[in-house]
Amino acid sequence: MKHFLDITKETCPMTFVKVKLQLAKMDAGEKLEVLLNKGEPLENVPRSCEEQGFKVLSNEPTDNNKHLLLIQK
Amino acid sequence: MTDKKKISIVCFSGEFDKLVAAYTIATGAAATNREVTMFFTFWGLNALKKKQGHAWLGKDLLSRIFNWLMGGRKNLPLSRLNFGGASPKLMTGMMKKNNVATLPELMEAAAALDIRMFACEMSMHILGVTKDDLIDDVKEVVGVATFLNESEDAHIIFI
Repeated sequence: MKHFLDITKETCPMTFVKVKLQLAKMDAGEKLEVLLNKGEPLENVPRSCEEQGFKVLSNEPTDNNKHLLLIQK
Repeated sequence: MTDKKKISIVCFSGEFDKLVAAYTIATGAAATNREVTMFFTFWGLNALKKKQGHAWLGKDLLSRIFNWLMGGRKNLPLSRLNFGGASPKLMTGMMKKNNVATLPELMEAAAALDIRMFACEMSMHILGVTKDDLIDDVKEVVGVATFLNESEDAHIIFI
């Protein structure tokens, strides 16, 4: 099952917090797609996910200057 | 996975902006895989009172007056330019307008992230505040020795 989270309207620290809380609700193996802004969220959300042992499967720019991250728990 | 890094935050100040800073660091740290402990002492305890406004808590006249004057979460002053309590409300409005998490939202996130909350036994004793007067997020009432033991190998931040 794939979940989706848009954190483009969030600011620090709720960017990481919302991703962390969403991942905590999911089962191992499930995927989470995260839409995020460049800058601080793009630098830190993928890194903190990997540090917690989650896999960042893809990290692609979108047409509207944002990024789409696919994480597997 | 390697051992988690640890951060312990001493929340001494009971000012709105300093508590926002403390909770921002705490939730950011917990969300980035750190083990976080918050230790509330003296004025910091006001943020944790169940009664969010002015209330006559305490066991004697002086402590009751102190607690009434300090109030709870809704009475936290801004550390500068407080303007008789108007500024924290204005600041909360500015935070909402700019999609920045407000203090209640940060406190809710801290609980969801399982941040450990300790309340200081000594300052609660002075102020006549009991564990029942504090929100359920408070895990335990402890002394400084327990806090230091629990913060072994942690970065300690004093706010």
